[in-house]
Amino acid sequence: MTPAALELRGVEKRFGATEIVRGVDLRVEKGERHALIGPNGAGKSVLFNLISALFPLTSGSIELHGERISGRRAHEVNRRGLSRSFQVTNLFHQLTVFENLRCALLWTLGYRYAFWRRVERLADVNARARQVLDEIGLAARADVPAGILSYAEQRALEIGITIAGGADVILLDEPTAGMSRTETEAAVELIRRISQGRTLLIVEHDMSVVFGLADRISVLVYGRIIASGTPPEIRANEKVREAYLGAAAHA
Amino acid sequence: MRSSAWTWGASAALLVALPLVFRSGFAMSLFCQAGIVAIFALSYNMLLGQTGLLSFGHAVYYGLGALFTIHALNFAAAGWHLPVTLMPLVGAIAGLAFGIVLGYITTRRAGTTFAMISLGVGEMVAACSLMFPGFFGGEAGISANRTLGEPFLGITFGPQIQMYYLVAAWLLLATAAMYALTRTPLGRMANAVRDNPQRAQFVGYDPQWVRFMMVALSGFFAGLAGGLAALNYEIVSSESLSAYTSGLVLLATYLGGIRVFAGPIAGAIAVTLMQTVLASLTTAWPFYFGLVFLATVLFVPGGIAGIVLLHKRLWEMRLARRAAPVYARMALPVALVLVAGVLMVEMAYRASAGVSLRLAGWLLDTRSTGTWIAVVASFVAACLLCRWAWRGARPRWAEVSAAIGDAR
Repeated sequence: MTPAALELRGVEKRFGATEIVRGVDLRVEKGERHALIGPNGAGKSVLFNLISALFPLTSGSIELHGERISGRRAHEVNRRGLSRSFQVTNLFHQLTVFENLRCALLWTLGYRYAFWRRVERLADVNARARQVLDEIGLAARADVPAGILSYAEQRALEIGITIAGGADVILLDEPTAGMSRTETEAAVELIRRISQGRTLLIVEHDMSVVFGLADRISVLVYGRIIASGTPPEIRANEKVREAYLGAAAHA
Repeated sequence: MRSSAWTWGASAALLVALPLVFRSGFAMSLFCQAGIVAIFALSYNMLLGQTGLLSFGHAVYYGLGALFTIHALNFAAAGWHLPVTLMPLVGAIAGLAFGIVLGYITTRRAGTTFAMISLGVGEMVAACSLMFPGFFGGEAGISANRTLGEPFLGITFGPQIQMYYLVAAWLLLATAAMYALTRTPLGRMANAVRDNPQRAQFVGYDPQWVRFMMVALSGFFAGLAGGLAALNYEIVSSESLSAYTSGLVLLATYLGGIRVFAGPIAGAIAVTLMQTVLASLTTAWPFYFGLVFLATVLFVPGGIAGIVLLHKRLWEMRLARRAAPVYARMALPVALVLVAGVLMVEMAYRASAGVSLRLAGWLLDTRSTGTWIAVVASFVAACLLCRWAWRGARPRWAEVSAAIGDAR
């Protein structure tokens, strides 16, 4: 069996006495678009923070392409090809849009901590940054500081930074939260395009986005995965209806 | 590209021309001092402005750089072959070495913790200077003579003007190097770590390592400034690595403006002027220095560079005419506040010494209650006038700043 792009085994996270993630097993295959859904407080964002090594695990293990990444530091996990976006926009707010993208590329293109090369002359970095700029539709805003972009533009840049480095496993945390209908459609189109040939794990509340985009869906309720399957399977699942979709319909 | 080449050329020309215009010995030593502080403040801004690290112990690298240079100078007098021109590099390398060692300790954490550790390390090194006077010189200091060996092309570094050109050359080199650094992968990632260390991790960078490298490199330039100071003053005492010096470089850097590369140079010049010119006018100069710093933090967080940039933008956007009435309206009230404030400070200072204030033929009796009431009342009145004037001017100023904001 080839190793999964991402494999979680018995992952638990406790904050003091409170158990947030209570034994999650999750397998995301290579090239799959996998959505993680669940009611508020189910632990989706915490699970993302565990996978991306922002928080240490209480127990269990996480593997990226068959290599254990739990216990490593966030930048080490990123260097192994896992990139993520944040639910709350998380940019380099004083730097320009172009500079944000450039910073997202320096490590993957091998420039590390160089202090003897000029960034203006790094042709590969600049070309790729410009390419991502076009992809996310912010070419006209290249020289604007990220902090004064509109909300939707910041969300687009957030995705741009996440994908720029060419990571093959991408985690998106509620990429369309707070967007209007048209903005959401544009964002979904963007996500569909950028996730081509990569593995995507996405947390999303908008069900039309989830069912339109995902190959597989996992449902997280109170820190446990109660179901995992294709969209039709999840739609038909009795437990999911009860625990999640029913609750959402009443809300 | 062309405009930046022009800026560098003009700066170099200015540095060459300065001594031809201002020939006095006072001006010469003032320029030397300002140039040294400028390098020191630029190195400090590599941390504060560019990496977002507030250090309370930056004088450690400056002071150790100065110490190693003064010892090297004494060794050279005893027969070592090291040209005085390159002597500041001894300080720079010492600064780099201690930047690596101490930076490794201080950059384990950022934010408040970094500030506290930097303060602690600074105190430790300052304590060493009193514990090991043999190397550190203690309060009396270690002195040396920079005029050694045979003159090279007539250069002995005896006359202050030769020292000036040495400072000017190193200033230009160091500034160019520090500016170039801001445009390298490390320089850009330092900005990124300043803005958002968490995100920096998720583009593959270790924020701790970025901070460490910036501390080490800024130690290099602080050490260079220290080396030049050793040559310039020919004496190094424990003050050069004390918390006082660390505080001074912080003030100079912030006063100049931490968001603009050249800001600290403006701050260095301002502080040097206060330390020399203002100090020759009044013994209360540190008090005014404190006030100026306070006013900067409260009202112009962008510092001198921020003010210059604002007015450049006003001019470029042809808003100067709309802003002019605000200046016209505020000029007199602000001047009155300043005059009354200065009068009050100077009277208080003299009252404690039991003398009266002599001012252009006037004699203000510092022991008379009537004089005091008059001066304090005029200060309060000036403040009220200023407030009233600002209330009237504020809507127009808001309009102008909104116009600048919209253009971005």
